[in-house]
Amino acid sequence: MAASSRTQVLSLYRLMLKESKNFPAYNYRTYAIRRVRDAFRENKHVEDPKTIQALLVKARENLLLIQRQVRLFSIPTCMAALYLAALNQISGPISCLQTA
Amino acid sequence: MACSAGRVFRCGLSQSSKRLQKVIRSRELDENELRPLYMDFQATTPMDPRVLDAMLPYQVNYYGNPHSRTHAYGWESESAVELARKQVADLIGADPREIIFTSGATESNNISIKGVGRFYKTKKKHVITTQTEHKCVLDSCRALEAEGFHITYLPVKSNGLVDLQQLEESFRPDTSLVSIMTVNNEIGVIQPIKEIGHLCQSRKIFFHTDAAQAAGKIPLDVNDMKIDLMSISGHKIYGPKGVGAVYVRRRPRVRLEPLQSGGGQERGLRSGTVPTPLAVGLGAACEIARQEMKYDEHRVSKLSKRLIDKIMAGLPDVIMNGDPEKRYKGCINLSFAYVEGESLLMALKDVALSSGSACTSASLEPSYVLRAIGTDEDLAHSSIRFGIGRFTTEEEVDYTAEKCILQVKRLREMSPLWEMVQEGIDLKSIKWTQH
Repeated sequence: MAASSRTQVLSLYRLMLKESKNFPAYNYRTYAIRRVRDAFRENKHVEDPKTIQALLVKARENLLLIQRQVRLFSIPTCMAALYLAALNQISGPISCLQTA
Repeated sequence: MACSAGRVFRCGLSQSSKRLQKVIRSRELDENELRPLYMDFQATTPMDPRVLDAMLPYQVNYYGNPHSRTHAYGWESESAVELARKQVADLIGADPREIIFTSGATESNNISIKGVGRFYKTKKKHVITTQTEHKCVLDSCRALEAEGFHITYLPVKSNGLVDLQQLEESFRPDTSLVSIMTVNNEIGVIQPIKEIGHLCQSRKIFFHTDAAQAAGKIPLDVNDMKIDLMSISGHKIYGPKGVGAVYVRRRPRVRLEPLQSGGGQERGLRSGTVPTPLAVGLGAACEIARQEMKYDEHRVSKLSKRLIDKIMAGLPDVIMNGDPEKRYKGCINLSFAYVEGESLLMALKDVALSSGSACTSASLEPSYVLRAIGTDEDLAHSSIRFGIGRFTTEEEVDYTAEKCILQVKRLREMSPLWEMVQEGIDLKSIKWTQH
């Protein structure tokens, strides 16, 4: 039991750090990496299995959060590119619609 | 997109976007230019990703009006707002029923000062505040003055703190309110709130504090500190802009004359639909701040010490404004003698800093806060405020310190005043001739 929770903890830790590295913004990226590392370090000596499980649940939630946010922050750059592409394609059909 | 709906959408977008693009291009950075380091956490803070994550569902999906009582959209929004209310209340040790959502700390300050002042104006027409308050507090007091109130603007000691003796002496039988901010936004000093609160309670005077810079950063308890009214700002604690809260004590009840009339939302004190996503964001920000307070405080203190030690070691004649001990470590206001503040800010253009507060940055006058603490005119002009927050890194602090030292040295080399000082001339003894 202790061994499996240890492997769980380690794999979560690795996953969270890997996801955190994908934040496009410097400040968020460094914060996420640092916070994850410090949080796991802080709870290194917790023995009670119930507490460990509760912390793991919280960690999994945070991993999902990081995944969501990392994908979200990549959108504006894609969106801006899409809008610019759309603007560059403006031509005949649309100016007709304007006068109509 | 081939469909006509797509084309109409794009058509509507084109005109305004072209104009917007032009504006953006003229003020934005060039293609490959990097954005400056952000070291101005007192002006505003970036949103914590966890706050954004909490807000998004309410921006997109759960868009009901929290005051709609008849359907699920309203119910789910209302429960989110009530949860947010509890989160804000837990941060300051209050009851959720005592929290009212507003559009920001400025509105909260207006509600507190004008509301309390006007409610009790038949019998009590005196309000006490300090000279170092935020502009919105001072302006609200000025508005009350125009309505016939007497306002005492207490001076502060040279370390920025209020003199409790002076405060006590300024109490009058017709004083209704004392308003003193917890943490100053320009020099970062923490006022003795607990002592002030107890003093006011003993005289049955209401105590309002503007805790925009303090909430979520230092531990606050409204019952322990005997605070009757408190203003909280969302965008100072890594929450969204455009939302804030005001804490209004229920026991003993603080009566207010509402500023904004309407449908009676928020206990009748602040009518208007509560913006669910913003309120949820504020709640999330408060919850995160409560959980992270110790960690952030430890880290900010460490970085602050690092910045100050580096700059003080690398440069002579640097003065820290405000009390060195009773301060919030994340707000550092330094005056660099013989250097002009604006030129130093421009020289440090790849670090986002400010001299004084954002509200006063447009005017050329030195900050009134620095004038109130008795800073010399020339030192007041050469002050820079460094802000350190949750997301600041060691590298940013090191870079800022090194750049600062470099630029100050360079500017001092060019300064004739610095030359004279090096030669041992006392600047105060010089008689400047008039041309």
